[in-house]
Amino acid sequence: MTMTLMKGNEALALAAIRGGCTHFFGYPITPQNEIPEFLARELPKIGGVFIQAESEIGAVNMLYGAAAVGCRVMTSSSSPGLALMQEGISLLAAAEMPCVIVNVMRGGPGIGGIQPSQADYFQMTRGGGNGDYRVPALAPATVQESVSMMVQAFEMADCYRTPVFIVSDGMLGQMMEPVEFDNIELKEPPEKEWKLTGHGNVRKPKTIKTLMLDPARLEARNFELQEKFQKIAAAECSWEEYLIDDAVLVFTAYGSTARIARNAVDQLREEGFAAGLIRPRTLWPFPDKPFQQLASRCQTVLCVEMSCGQMVDDVRLAVNGKLPVAFYGRCGGMIPSPEELVAKAKNIMKGGRQ
Amino acid sequence: MSVVFSRTKGLTEAETHYCPGCTHGIAHRLVGEALEELDLLGNTIGCSAVGCSILSYNYINVDMIECLHGRAPAVATGIKRVRPDSIVFTYQGDGDLASIGTAEIVHAAHRGENITVVFVNNAIYGMTGGQMAPTTLAGQKVTTAPAGRNPVINGMPLKVSEMLAQIPGAAYVERVSLHSPKEIRKAKRAIKKGLTCQVEKRGFSLIEVLSTCPTGWGLSPVDAVAWLEANMVPYYPLGVLKAPEGGKNV
Ligand code: SF4
Repeated sequence: MTMTLMKGNEALALAAIRGGCTHFFGYPITPQNEIPEFLARELPKIGGVFIQAESEIGAVNMLYGAAAVGCRVMTSSSSPGLALMQEGISLLAAAEMPCVIVNVMRGGPGIGGIQPSQADYFQMTRGGGNGDYRVPALAPATVQESVSMMVQAFEMADCYRTPVFIVSDGMLGQMMEPVEFDNIELKEPPEKEWKLTGHGNVRKPKTIKTLMLDPARLEARNFELQEKFQKIAAAECSWEEYLIDDAVLVFTAYGSTARIARNAVDQLREEGFAAGLIRPRTLWPFPDKPFQQLASRCQTVLCVEMSCGQMVDDVRLAVNGKLPVAFYGRCGGMIPSPEELVAKAKNIMKGGRQ
Repeated sequence: MSVVFSRTKGLTEAETHYCPGCTHGIAHRLVGEALEELDLLGNTIGCSAVGCSILSYNYINVDMIECLHGRAPAVATGIKRVRPDSIVFTYQGDGDLASIGTAEIVHAAHRGENITVVFVNNAIYGMTGGQMAPTTLAGQKVTTAPAGRNPVINGMPLKVSEMLAQIPGAAYVERVSLHSPKEIRKAKRAIKKGLTCQVEKRGFSLIEVLSTCPTGWGLSPVDAVAWLEANMVPYYPLGVLKAPEGGKNV
């Protein structure tokens, strides 16, 4: 096993190549530039293609074209760039075009800032595009997990014919950690019999389209897509549990915030407070199960985010009124410290204000 | 008796949804004939764009993909960069290409994407019901400029081909018209030249096709053709704006 010290963003880029990605289309934006820069250097070496698009709108539509002819393709961006791509993401979901889209989140709203944030949870799980659609969203918490999830993202994309999000943030993207690439095992990608190749004068022409003017047909098409989303929801929920069996207070957090929450759990345990952590690894589909199965000892779920409270909506839906759900958030690029979380948790456990 | 005219293999049997007298039908036929005569039908992927011609995939006998409004050149880029040996074309109207899609078309030309663009200019938004396009002529009455386009408020109509011809990556740009059999024959030659340019990997080619919209213009098909010749051709002069290397500019 060889460990290499790598930045989260670069690890994502290398993992994309290991995951079979041959084409990248993207537009520069901080704090994700290490990804396109790495791929601009490395993709041509393997016979792949890197194109800097004129905008995120251009990039996401290039993705659509490249996916339609069957290659493994990705883009990466950061929050406002993702907002620009939403039109195309709705189209990719509707046309069922497999691809991977990385969001290294930064503070918003508007142009916002360039420091780490998780204020795109809504954008990543509710979508900003039109219509009824869902996009699987994977949220790594370590550089190593960035690698495994990137490979998984390409496989999910092909398996379900869908765009897949990697939801990272400025902290994870810039953080350096030892990482290994030895244990990547690629599945044989499925045959893409739907892809466009030119009919070769031997078959009828194929069309990739999403326009459906007949409402009954469009409704039927929607139901078909919903069936697929339900299949994904049933099969792909993923999460990590940490010391929750006897916990009186259970933190929940994803991505880099989950690491801070885990530190807070350790500090609380040292001081004799029974705290635990549920870390969603998929944001959509959201893992309801661990929340529904919490032992009766648990008195509060404390959701921590680098936002003003977005994932907390899903936590409340999962808990469904059975437990009080408290929230602690920092935003705009401010990062919560373990001490802040410890203080908040103690306050709650001592019966203080939630 | 010898057959002097028959349906090109480049078109399907489907009946088009275009209004009577609309020249989209002619433009489709020219694309189909050009692809057939160059023996490219089997190796071509087309990109249809939002507007009246969005359903062109029902009529042109090649693999096709439907694109969001204005984005066809970006989609074509994605396809061509994966399959450089496929023939890739977009078929776009003036609302699509000259308004919402200006960034995509400019940068496809700028990168010298080896694709062919068929740009149908009828000086109006047809599908949405006759609104003003960037290409609408000064004084031309449209639903969103009911008194006629006023250049003080709306600017003068945009000459996209002249603009694109300035871009180094554009290899071939020509403007043609569908107002007479003679011009139609020239239009077909231009489309063939654009596709040949792509086969020879010379870079970006665009053929602007002046076209009628009898419905949007409120004219009979015959009057629409006359209106095109009398009003559009003087403002949008026909001819080669950029010739492929080794050719001749006018
Ligand atoms: S609205 Fe105009 S452009 Fe559209 S099909 Fe009718 S005549 Fe042709």
